[in-house]
Amino acid sequence: MSLHTLTIHELGAKLKTREVSSVELTEAVFARISATEERLHSYITLCRESALGEAKRADERLKARGDNSPLLGIPIALKDIFLTRGTLTTCASKILGNFVPPYDGTAVKKLKERGAVIVGKTNMDEFAMGSSTENSAMAVTRNPWNLDRVPGGSSGGSAAAVAADQSIAALGTDTGGSIRQPAACCGIVGLKPTYGRVSRFGVIAFASSLDQVGPMTKDVKDCALMLEAIAGHDPADSTSVPAPAPAYASFLDGNAKGLRLGLPKEYFIPGMQPEVEAAVRQAVRALEKNGVEVVEVSLPHTEYAVAVYYIIATAEASSNLARYDGMKYGYRAQGKDLAETYFKTRQEGFGPEVKRRIMLGTYALSAGYYDAYYLKAQKVRALIKRDFDEAFRKCDVIVTPTAPTTAFKIGEKTDDPLQMYLSDIFTISVNLAGLPGLSLPCGFDGDGMPIGLQIIGKHFDEATILRVAHAYEQATEWHKRKPKL
Amino acid sequence: MKITREEVHRVATLARLQLSSEEENTLTEQLDKILQYMEKLNQLDTENVEPLAHAVDIVNAFRDDRVANEPQTESLLANAPAREQTFFKVPKIIE
Repeated sequence: MSLHTLTIHELGAKLKTREVSSVELTEAVFARISATEERLHSYITLCRESALGEAKRADERLKARGDNSPLLGIPIALKDIFLTRGTLTTCASKILGNFVPPYDGTAVKKLKERGAVIVGKTNMDEFAMGSSTENSAMAVTRNPWNLDRVPGGSSGGSAAAVAADQSIAALGTDTGGSIRQPAACCGIVGLKPTYGRVSRFGVIAFASSLDQVGPMTKDVKDCALMLEAIAGHDPADSTSVPAPAPAYASFLDGNAKGLRLGLPKEYFIPGMQPEVEAAVRQAVRALEKNGVEVVEVSLPHTEYAVAVYYIIATAEASSNLARYDGMKYGYRAQGKDLAETYFKTRQEGFGPEVKRRIMLGTYALSAGYYDAYYLKAQKVRALIKRDFDEAFRKCDVIVTPTAPTTAFKIGEKTDDPLQMYLSDIFTISVNLAGLPGLSLPCGFDGDGMPIGLQIIGKHFDEATILRVAHAYEQATEWHKRKPKL
Repeated sequence: MKITREEVHRVATLARLQLSSEEENTLTEQLDKILQYMEKLNQLDTENVEPLAHAVDIVNAFRDDRVANEPQTESLLANAPAREQTFFKVPKIIE
């Protein structure tokens, strides 16, 4: 068996007994990248040299023993939205095309302290705005299961890299589904933790009341191990919550008996791919066999979530992205005076989707429209959160499809932004309500494309989500399938 | 029509974007379609609903005003599009 195909927990055992070294493992991952990257374009930047240095240091720590970090010596990829000290960080945008951060973000720092080996920075939709990674200014990433399909987005590079064994695990960010939807499209596990669970310090901001950092992994146990490593309070992020992060992996006993699983009728809609609905219903039956109780719940404001999201997220984005003025860092165009420099810098530096969202957000916040759009959206956001509060009185987790279809074809939705926005229909309510949500594979459609099952939990109850996901995974073989590349 | 070409131009000026005439056309059409979709929200009576800005209850986080990071003038200025000594060099602001 090739080392790059294994999981964090499988490799952890081999590294601790010195059966393999982190340098060998890192070499195996880079060999896999060399063999596949030309077809996939998962990465924007590869860090071969520094990775081998980190692997060597991890081997020394492993030799000294007494170090219990499960990530020690494990190659991990980072979405190019995470600031990495001394390593190019572009957010897949021309405006940050030459940006080298002077510090590490908190999640990255935590991974490094725990001995992870940073493989590289993965491709994404520019500023995390998109559902297909086609909005990257750098490259088009392809889905490892079918090179004509998108990997999902915005964390599409991270998802493709993990699915294709170009990394053992990855970090992504999720503002409206950007971890879960690509995880579903590429047949891996992706978790968006509760808002406030993981520090956002050193993550390039898109929509600050929605953004959250999370793991993308080959199985549920790896997901728990990664969350354990990155979760927790950070004084540098005033929205991170001062609550201790539990030892998530210790909850995984393959048993979900006695838990109540809510099934919202609003998530099974006309127009969704029939194979997706069938696979999700099949998964619910499998969980029932495991002893969970299924109850019907209602989330009546679901159909308003896309409209709410694209007002709130774009409003916050228009404000966050005002900082790109070409003065202190990033791209600067030459104008005849200061004003023209601003206008030209932003015009030339941002891609079409980013401009579209800045425009939409600026419009929604502008005089005369604020009440009709932004305030209205915040009020409906309250109703969406209330729906979840009520549903969770009747159940412990809510189960839905992650996306209405499997991965679509490259180019299929690029001319119709609204259609693209609707691919987030099942994931964005979770961000609006600040809840944790996980996607894991639950089958394949007739074209061999993976289908994702979404499990949503109560605030700060990632442990129960992981427990249910693990119980399902133990009963199935989906996570063991690999794309033929 | 929810939005006109003139409004698109005005909003672009607010956002400091110098759109091409072709972009203005496309955006007028696309934003109009998106804003019509947003109309959906008017089906709901939200008269007595409090707006929600943050989904998780958080209170202001205070800390002592103490310098915790080491000065790193060089690495911060390394990204500057233009610099002079230890300053960012920017276009003239006051005539």
